[in-house]
Amino acid sequence: MRFDKPAGDSVLADTKVIGKPVHRVDGPLKTTGTAPYAYERHDVAANQLVGWPVGAAIAKGKLKSVGTKKAEAAPGVVAVLTTLQFDRLPLSQWNTANLFGGDQIEHYHQAVALVVAETLETARAGAAMLEFDYAPDTEASFDLSKTAPTGDEQPLSDVGNFEKAYADAPVTIDVNYTTPAESHAMMEPHASIAAWDGDEVTLWTSNQMIQWDKMALATTLKTTPDKVRIDSPYIGGGFGSKLFLRADAVLAALGAKRTGKPVKVQLPRPMIFNNTTHRGLTEQHLKIGATQDGKIVAISHENKSNALPGGSSEKAPAPTQHFYATDNLYCINRTAEMHLPESNAMRAPGEASGLMALEAAMDELAEKLDMDPVELRIMNDAKVDPSNPNKTFSRRHFVECLRTGADRFGWSKRNRKPGDTREGAWLIGHGVAGAYRGAPAQASGAEVAIRPDGGVVVRTDMTDIGTGSYTILAQTAAEMLGVPVERVRVELGDSRYPVSSGSGGQFGAVSSTAGVYAACVALRKKIADELGKKHDDLTFADGAVHAGGSTTELKKLTRGGRELSAIDTMHFGDFRSEKYVVSTFGAHFIEARVHSLTGEVRLNRMLAVCDAGRILNPITARSQVIGAMTMGAGAALLEEMAVDHDRGFFVNHDLAGYEVPVHLDIPHQEVVFLDVLDPVSTPLKAKGVGELGICGVAAAIANAVNNATGIRVRDYPITLDKIVGKLPTI
Amino acid sequence: MRAFSLERASDPQQAAKSAASHENSKFIAGGTNLIDLMKLEIETPTHLVDVTQLGLDKIEETDEGGLRIGTLVSNTDLAADDRVRRDYPVLTRALVAGATGQLRNKATTGGNFLQRTRCPYFYDTNMPCNKRNPGSGCAAIGGYSRQLAVIGGSDHCIATHPSDMAVAMRVLDAELETVDPDGKTRSIAVDDLYRLPGDTPEKETNLKPGEVITAVTLPKPVGGKQIYYKVRDRSSYAFALVSVAAIVQPDGTGRVALGGVAPKPWRDEEAEKALPQGAGAVMDTLLADANPTDDNEFKVPLAKRTLAAVLQEAGN
Ligand SMILES: Cc1cc2nc3c(=O)[nH]c(=O)nc-3n(C[C@H](O)[C@H](O)[C@H](O)COP(=O)(O)OP(=O)(O)OC[C@H]3O[C@@H](n4cnc5c(N)ncnc54)[C@H](O)[C@@H]3O)c2cc1C
Ligand code: SF4
Repeated sequence: MRFDKPAGDSVLADTKVIGKPVHRVDGPLKTTGTAPYAYERHDVAANQLVGWPVGAAIAKGKLKSVGTKKAEAAPGVVAVLTTLQFDRLPLSQWNTANLFGGDQIEHYHQAVALVVAETLETARAGAAMLEFDYAPDTEASFDLSKTAPTGDEQPLSDVGNFEKAYADAPVTIDVNYTTPAESHAMMEPHASIAAWDGDEVTLWTSNQMIQWDKMALATTLKTTPDKVRIDSPYIGGGFGSKLFLRADAVLAALGAKRTGKPVKVQLPRPMIFNNTTHRGLTEQHLKIGATQDGKIVAISHENKSNALPGGSSEKAPAPTQHFYATDNLYCINRTAEMHLPESNAMRAPGEASGLMALEAAMDELAEKLDMDPVELRIMNDAKVDPSNPNKTFSRRHFVECLRTGADRFGWSKRNRKPGDTREGAWLIGHGVAGAYRGAPAQASGAEVAIRPDGGVVVRTDMTDIGTGSYTILAQTAAEMLGVPVERVRVELGDSRYPVSSGSGGQFGAVSSTAGVYAACVALRKKIADELGKKHDDLTFADGAVHAGGSTTELKKLTRGGRELSAIDTMHFGDFRSEKYVVSTFGAHFIEARVHSLTGEVRLNRMLAVCDAGRILNPITARSQVIGAMTMGAGAALLEEMAVDHDRGFFVNHDLAGYEVPVHLDIPHQEVVFLDVLDPVSTPLKAKGVGELGICGVAAAIANAVNNATGIRVRDYPITLDKIVGKLPTI
Repeated sequence: MRAFSLERASDPQQAAKSAASHENSKFIAGGTNLIDLMKLEIETPTHLVDVTQLGLDKIEETDEGGLRIGTLVSNTDLAADDRVRRDYPVLTRALVAGATGQLRNKATTGGNFLQRTRCPYFYDTNMPCNKRNPGSGCAAIGGYSRQLAVIGGSDHCIATHPSDMAVAMRVLDAELETVDPDGKTRSIAVDDLYRLPGDTPEKETNLKPGEVITAVTLPKPVGGKQIYYKVRDRSSYAFALVSVAAIVQPDGTGRVALGGVAPKPWRDEEAEKALPQGAGAVMDTLLADANPTDDNEFKVPLAKRTLAAVLQEAGN
């Protein structure tokens, strides 16, 4: 099926299941601990061995030798694989950093060995007996502030004449912001079990993108995709960290090949931070020019961010390209090639870090103009795409987000001047920020079948990374085929199923529901053919098909105990991006408190208003947004992968050192969905929301801290060491 | 983790003997620190003496009017004890500011005193660290040292002692009771338990080989407003950047010990005489010799301001 033009008004107009607050269908499995996560799939292959991976002890250089004798002789050890036993393994288009093989070390904790043993303890003990001899390379770059960009970047947007308009503007701000490297810090570590059958390998793993993983593993193992099966039905969080093939999968496959037995490998937590990917550091320079009454006339957003040679960096100016109206816009992203681990996508890549700067800069502008920051944003709402004035927004309700939020939050009663509102020793402040995140969709396929018992089954290689895919796909099929949600079984994450969008870029929910919609339409047409009726004349309700007075129970449509099934893929036409900018919008409101003596920052209230098309399920969507707000609070106040500029690695590489918010950090969170349909986006008129929720949160917190104290911290995270010296002396 | 033998001791002297008779031995109590360190091969004992069966899990009143806390009393039970909450509230507040409920259920009093530093380089066996691997150097000096000591460190090590409980114990003038392999007992003031790193940061305490902690005694209650203020980036489940344990008497005199700034709870009985003059007066003496890094120089003003917050809370 092709989605070539906006969905008509009649498509899914009065839904009975889609958009309703259905509880997570996989909830009982999660709460009883019986959802099978990759590392605990003891039943999928007999006689599993355990592999313990070892990461490089240096950031750059050469591994000269590995002494394996002691480890090989250790009790329980079955095999020792070292990177020197292999040539550098080929990488697919999705990977930058070496995964295994060869003697070159390109970043700290690059995988250099795997000890396979009968138990985890013996594998780990064996790994500690390996003896590595390195020749470190001192020509390396680990400090973003001291690394020049490659210099060959083209502007992302260059409209009008920024320099002139900025020079002529009566009110200007010119500010620099930095954001640190961040780790996805998902609950479940990267983990895989691999087993070979002849030249075919099966990988039970934890991965967001089954098709990419399959293609990438085939490339890296120098085989063809048809020899690879991936299975990843439950994923304990990813946030972008599991978009790509990683060392756990490669090592498990190589270990299984070497030993002839299934091997499982989990990346130990302290290895994840440097072995896998991170959100890159940014140095952002923002210049905004405005008229005296607050109309923006010029914006420039320049960014520098780190990447491994050949890799991609954090595209922080991305939101600025489309957010505020201006005739003169200049955005550029520059990549500094460095030898830190691989920077890559993390929840709302580009937008999340870009808005940490842009939305704080907007607050600085409002301050300078002595304007309400809500009104400043409303005044500068874009009607057409600032980067390409020929394009309009499919739907854009940013102003409504701001107004609704201001109303709900009690913005008119906000603290006006730093220091004016106090609770004991705490200074109270309020902050607002806008949220912007693109709403892409990707081709997505599914199989939908009527089972002999009249139930429905959905099969797709789509993944559920804790987001609620199981539930919204069940709702989609239930809606389309007229059965209760409980009668729909959803099977995900298996590469033998039709290829889906996968989970990433907040495209998963909208794309995969569209794919299931397409398969349901195909199945309905097939049923119409079977019944000798016209598709448009059928209604599906109460577990039966109704047409012209006759009713056929769904189970009667199956024959000989076989399913009646149809497969289709939803393809999205170019009209979506050629004519429109399809995006999501939001507004965040924060009340924060700052201790007047210690500089501790804590949150009192958080409110998000989201414009993200049809909300497919308010329960799972809310859960996405409050999780994202929590992550935004982490980015604002806590999260930073500390770089050791001499040794070239992220030092605080465990969950004790890399602090993400705990329950006590997160106050009451309120989420409001505008729930307006966007027919340009998909037949379900939905857009993603899982990444929108993190966009702008950190800036709203920064603005609240400034409002409380008059202290503007431009280097995230806003930790108390950056505040305490600026508070009034005692 | 290396292979080790495990011996379950049934009385303190036997525990001490067993530990002393093996070259590379450790006591194990709750295991919440030691087992983590063994998994990472930061500690590699070949013999463990389990002290959990010694029956030292009671809190009793002493003839002097204080409390005697068995080494095996869990952090949870100690914090919840009515007498502790009433007479030594700074201890309860310090305990519940530490770790999490689950950890405090397992963590013991003796084990808490002897938990090791949270210096991130100590935890990464690829990195030079004089404490973990004497003579290898100190990666933290010149590296990432935001959490580390501003006073009491040396050119060889600037690690902090991470315990919250120990800071409160120090301000309460607690003493440890021990038994050695010959069955001899002694008591050691908290301040004498810990050594400063000097050029041997791997030697952290003045306990002799095999010497086992059996109890901690608290002297007669001293009253006053007792406050533990722990400053950290997140609200819970994080070690202190700076913490202040204070006992403030109605006349403004009192006691102050700091956590998060030094290799041991940091207190100076001379410095705290200035308490009636305010936080600045105390800190000017207590932290006069501070030698922070660029990363952690904020701790010096922060300590002063935290004490000011404590005095505000105490109403002085
Ligand atoms: C994630 C995490 C967060 C934490 N956060 C905090 C925090 O915020 N604040 C805080 O103060 N602490 C914190 N802790 C540390 C915790 O308090 C300690 O791990 C605990 O107190 C150690 O007690 P244990 O009985 O488990 O000791 P064990 O791990 O059993 O032993 C620790 C040491 O004490 C020695 N030992 C134990 N008993 C005796 C004895 N009777 N005689 C002689 N030696 C003995 C052992 O040989 C070992 O060297 C945290 C720990 C973890 C894992
Ligand atoms: S400060 Fe101490 S514990 Fe940390 S690296 Fe240096 S020597 Fe090791």
